[in-house]
Amino acid sequence: MCLAIPGRIEYIDAASNPKMAKVNFGGIIKNVCLDFLPEAGLHDYVLVHVGVALTKVDEKEALETIELFKQMGDALDELKEGDPA
Amino acid sequence: MKYLDEFRDPIFAKSLSENIHKVTTRPWTIMEICGGQTHSIVKSGLENLLPSSLSIVHGPGCPVCVTPLEMIEKAILIARKPNVIFTSFGDMLRVPGSTSDLLTVKANGGDVRIVYSPLDAVTIAEKNPDKEVVFFAVGFETTAPANAMAVWQAHKKNLKNFSILCSHVLVPPAMEALLSSSTNRVQGFLAAGHVCTVMGYEEYIPLAKKYNVPIVVTGFEPTDILHGILMLVTQLEEGRCELENQYSRMVKKEGNIPAQQMIFNVFEISHRKWRGIGEIPKSGYSLKKEFIHFDAEEKFSLGIVSVEESPLCIAGNILRGLNKPFECSAFGNQCTPESPLGAPMVSSEGACAAYYNYKRQNVASSGSGMVNKKH
Ligand code: SF4
Repeated sequence: MCLAIPGRIEYIDAASNPKMAKVNFGGIIKNVCLDFLPEAGLHDYVLVHVGVALTKVDEKEALETIELFKQMGDALDELKEGDPA
Repeated sequence: MKYLDEFRDPIFAKSLSENIHKVTTRPWTIMEICGGQTHSIVKSGLENLLPSSLSIVHGPGCPVCVTPLEMIEKAILIARKPNVIFTSFGDMLRVPGSTSDLLTVKANGGDVRIVYSPLDAVTIAEKNPDKEVVFFAVGFETTAPANAMAVWQAHKKNLKNFSILCSHVLVPPAMEALLSSSTNRVQGFLAAGHVCTVMGYEEYIPLAKKYNVPIVVTGFEPTDILHGILMLVTQLEEGRCELENQYSRMVKKEGNIPAQQMIFNVFEISHRKWRGIGEIPKSGYSLKKEFIHFDAEEKFSLGIVSVEESPLCIAGNILRGLNKPFECSAFGNQCTPESPLGAPMVSSEGACAAYYNYKRQNVASSGSGMVNKKH
């Protein structure tokens, strides 16, 4: 449960507080808080842990990591978990 | 070379492995802290790429595993209450307490919900003002910013029906507890990359100095781990005891400062009991006094709950790197992931479950002669 996973920011809700974004993790979209990463912008790749972005990631790095996660099979499972809030 | 399929860059991995063989002239025992790394090492069969004189032991860095049994029991007691929505990361639902687990509470009609993020639990509280919403806040430093943010949001929204059952633990005090023990045999550490993404790595520099132990901040992909091991063994062979950062693409020296500020808005450092290890001073977070009304233990006046661990379980030794899982008499028979007796069998990131799931016991036992060897 401690893994942080890279994803791409698809949409930022500028009016929200805390600042929230939609982030795409290899096809799975999640709501992510950007408050700890004020410099993150639209289409940036960010490293996310349990709904909070922790650092920016370069695109090549992010894509390779997501690919590896898909191969390993189980690392993306926690994104699929969760009853709708 | 076999076993290279799970590596992002097999050629780089092969050259790392060859270099590790080249620099290693003596037996060394090194520990990875993070459960994600344990999982990655065992699953990828990475030990097959290492010299037999290197012993990799698995540390206490799995939050699901080290959450005390008493806390699981408290979670179950709260989740059974009629007016409660109990929210948690999925992993915690499967952890057995003394007589039940959260999944069973849910099956029996309790409102237990898996959330992806603690912020989702705050949303549930907003939408259900007539219910008490409790979030099971477990984790290491990586998870603390999200949990702190949830409490902060509940505070700003003046939510009276949200609270957390808090069992937060910290990596450096656990390393210090291992290092200061007379039975310690760990000579070098791979520190947990994502923990350092949040906290930075300055707090590890005095540890490396005080205990003369090299520490390499390392990512969790198999190639990262091989790279971290090469850096660590190079230091050991050269007699250096420094902090080095293998994972610089994700970890800055100072970490994520706004995230740290949020942690310390809400939490203060406190003593914590670790399952399998016992109490470690100043090894976790608890809510600050101003936020104590968000503490589920206070809100539900749970008092002291005590639960006995199985006498067969040698988790304390496993989490300190003194034994490997297959050296436990219960491993794979009385104790399996379906009915775990102890902490490291509970989550797939625990050492016992990782060995069980990926059937490494045979591979590992061929090298197990070195497990008890004194260096
Ligand atoms: S195999 Fe089970 S009983 Fe043995 S140490 Fe691991 S968790 Fe404990």
